[in-house]
Amino acid sequence: MIIGETPTPTGAFGADAIAMTMRFGDFLALDNVELKVRPGSFHALLGENGAGKSTLVKCIMGYYHATEGDILIGGREQKISNPKDAHALGLGMVYQHFTLVPAMTVAENLVLARDDVPAVVDWGKEKKELEAFLAQMPFKVSLDAKVSDISAGERQKCEILKQLYLKRRFLILDEPTSVLTPGEADEVLGMLRAMVVSGELTILMITHKFREVMAFADEVTILRRGKLAGQGRVADLTPDDMARTMIGAEQLTVQPPRAGEVGEARLELDKLTALDDAGAVAVRNVSLTVRGGEIVGIAGVSGNGQRQLVEVLAGQREAEGGEIRIRGERYSATREEMRRHKMSLLPEEPLRNACVGGMSVADNIAFRDFDRAPFAKGGWWLNGAAFRKNAERKISRYKIKTRTPDTPIASLSGGNVQRVVLARELGGEVELLIAANPCFGLDFAAVAQIHAEIMAARNRGAAVLLVSEDLDELLELSDRLVVMFHGEFVHEARASEADLTEIGRHMAGH
Amino acid sequence: MTTDTADSAEAIEAVGIAPAADPGFLQRYGATVEYVLIPGAALVGALATFGVFVTLYGKNPLDLYFYMYQGAFGTWFSWQNTLTRAAPLILTALCTALPAQLGMVIIGGEGALLIGALTATSAALAMQWAPPLVVQIAMVIAGVIGGGLWITLSGALRQYRGVNETISSLLLVYIALAILNHLVEGVMRDPASLNKPSTREIGAANMIGTIPGTDVHWGLVFGLVAAIASYILIYHTTFGFAARMAGGNIRAAKIVGLSVGKLIMTICFLAGACAGLAGMIEVAAVQGRTNANLAAGYGFTGILVAFLSRQNPLAVIPVAILLGGISASGGLLQRRLGLPDASVLVLQGIIFVFVLASDALYGRIGFLKGKS
Repeated sequence: MIIGETPTPTGAFGADAIAMTMRFGDFLALDNVELKVRPGSFHALLGENGAGKSTLVKCIMGYYHATEGDILIGGREQKISNPKDAHALGLGMVYQHFTLVPAMTVAENLVLARDDVPAVVDWGKEKKELEAFLAQMPFKVSLDAKVSDISAGERQKCEILKQLYLKRRFLILDEPTSVLTPGEADEVLGMLRAMVVSGELTILMITHKFREVMAFADEVTILRRGKLAGQGRVADLTPDDMARTMIGAEQLTVQPPRAGEVGEARLELDKLTALDDAGAVAVRNVSLTVRGGEIVGIAGVSGNGQRQLVEVLAGQREAEGGEIRIRGERYSATREEMRRHKMSLLPEEPLRNACVGGMSVADNIAFRDFDRAPFAKGGWWLNGAAFRKNAERKISRYKIKTRTPDTPIASLSGGNVQRVVLARELGGEVELLIAANPCFGLDFAAVAQIHAEIMAARNRGAAVLLVSEDLDELLELSDRLVVMFHGEFVHEARASEADLTEIGRHMAGH
Repeated sequence: MTTDTADSAEAIEAVGIAPAADPGFLQRYGATVEYVLIPGAALVGALATFGVFVTLYGKNPLDLYFYMYQGAFGTWFSWQNTLTRAAPLILTALCTALPAQLGMVIIGGEGALLIGALTATSAALAMQWAPPLVVQIAMVIAGVIGGGLWITLSGALRQYRGVNETISSLLLVYIALAILNHLVEGVMRDPASLNKPSTREIGAANMIGTIPGTDVHWGLVFGLVAAIASYILIYHTTFGFAARMAGGNIRAAKIVGLSVGKLIMTICFLAGACAGLAGMIEVAAVQGRTNANLAAGYGFTGILVAFLSRQNPLAVIPVAILLGGISASGGLLQRRLGLPDASVLVLQGIIFVFVLASDALYGRIGFLKGKS
């Protein structure tokens, strides 16, 4: 009914990558890697950032051409020279980030994803076919909803539905749950799992989350630094086994224990109101006090005003009403105020929010201090040697993996970009820290390091406001927890006494 | 080169920055080579296309290239002609290249040039009693302030009213021209200028003259100094650093508390000041008065220079000389090949199209990348 004359395979099929080697210049991204995904299985691909997971699946999908090695699809050797070939074979990929057009409806997005969209679309007919298609699917998505109006979880379902609608029988999921709440993640993965079990689908999922591997995957392949580090049946493995295989001999940063006294009020939000880009009220009349030596966590489903709240604190958005006070003084996000209050910010998506991609790692590390000695002689002349020296020190202290301090930061991996921001924001004295989803999409060596840094800052007496969509992270780090829903703070609890169902209920607005 | 010191920030050892083995010429300088090679290729492509155009005209393209070279750089005379034309181009190119550091596309250098010429002329006419050096300094200051405020207007419209700076700066060119015409045909008109309404002359003593031993006026030195100073400002001062931050990612600039509005205003003022200076020089070194002749298109050619130099203030110098040469060769092409005078404008247009199209090539040339 959908893809013209392409002979679509029925039922699940497997895929094998044999002796894959991928070279970028003189860098070996994949070194003789073996991957065997059996038909009708749920296969997890684990590995730290830069281990070669993305490179491997991009070779399978035809985005890259492996230097050496073969790909078998359904047991037959196939030459996949571009993503179109992969699609014709029934391979589909769901990315970490959404590929839907936000201004269009779900139905429009689905139909327009086809290769054979007719010049004039008969929407009546298409709708009927889509409804028939949806009826067989375990997911429920409203076809007429505009994508910009639906939640992250629904969007991810749409992405997956799109692949199924296009008759893809082998799905590659690249960290599909990084934008979802735990509940949504379980729901989506559970439905996919059911389709795998019924033999309709094979799934290869790149992930960082052991919980999801343990709960949903049959088999796992683990990569480390471009090499195959291990593979096996999930049932035979524990998360500890997998972690050890994944990171090898590398030491994880140990999080310091909670220590110190809660101090005086440092950050106060007083009836703060802010609008979103479309001019609708995103943050409504919120008031909150964060004291020195405590971490206040803000929980909530993505899109309930957390982003706008952080943007106001970061100086990226004007408040519409109310005020922010730091140590009782009115705060308006100027450089002088941030400096005086020793304020640091770890925003989400650091490359988009806190770095200039085209500037070097050394420059990016110096953003807070470039206009002071030793970086600026006489307050205006840049001292290149100071930039370099400072960068070298922080690169080794924060284990930033970069070729040189002069490398543009955009060419670093996500974890290393976040480390650069950590080095800059937490490298000096911190009395007030605002962090928003600081571990989004990072591997767990980076997560452990970031959590340890945040806890250490708290123990040194900093006031920390931690906005996160990851409840586990919030419960682990926070002293107090506030739930944000529709721009308002609807619930508050001590993290040690927090009741998950209670918090979940408030997150959903009940 | 060994694999363990290889690039790709993703996956190498956390070796700190132990000096790696020599990464190889192309890996180290690939980006720089790209910046020279791609605009160079665009230029060659444009010249070849222009050759086809000339062939259709029934002329031999090889003659064309020969005469272009002759007219631009073939003799000492043509060199001087070229450099004289390059001087205002350097300054008007800076009017586009400086705001580009902030991610703004300002194309209204012509307007700032006209206003600069007008304010400089006014200053000179008002200070006829003063010694020439004082008048000249006053003209520079007036030209800089006039041009500077003109482009600041575009910056302010963007910062406080959200008006697109490209559109506003372009429209301001026509307003500047209208103001100029209004004044030279009205209150500032020299009654003796009959056919070509003009202001009175600023006086021969107040002209800035030529560099000794040449026919090239001092404007060239102004241009060179402005370009070098702009380069130093952008790449070696905290102000330039802040501007590059805000230009690279405004969200990152805001999160460290930079005042982006102030940066926009300052950069726009400096940009307009350069173009205003070009206007002052055209008055004080060439025309001696202000009239509609000043709208000779230097401001618009400056946009081309800025784009061809990839908005790098130092690269503006050679590129301005090159384009100055092309426009200097126009006369010779007209005399020797019988081509219409506007031919060089056709060539400029073709170059612009090629340069804009070549933008898509950055980062896509295989052998310059060293890695995928």
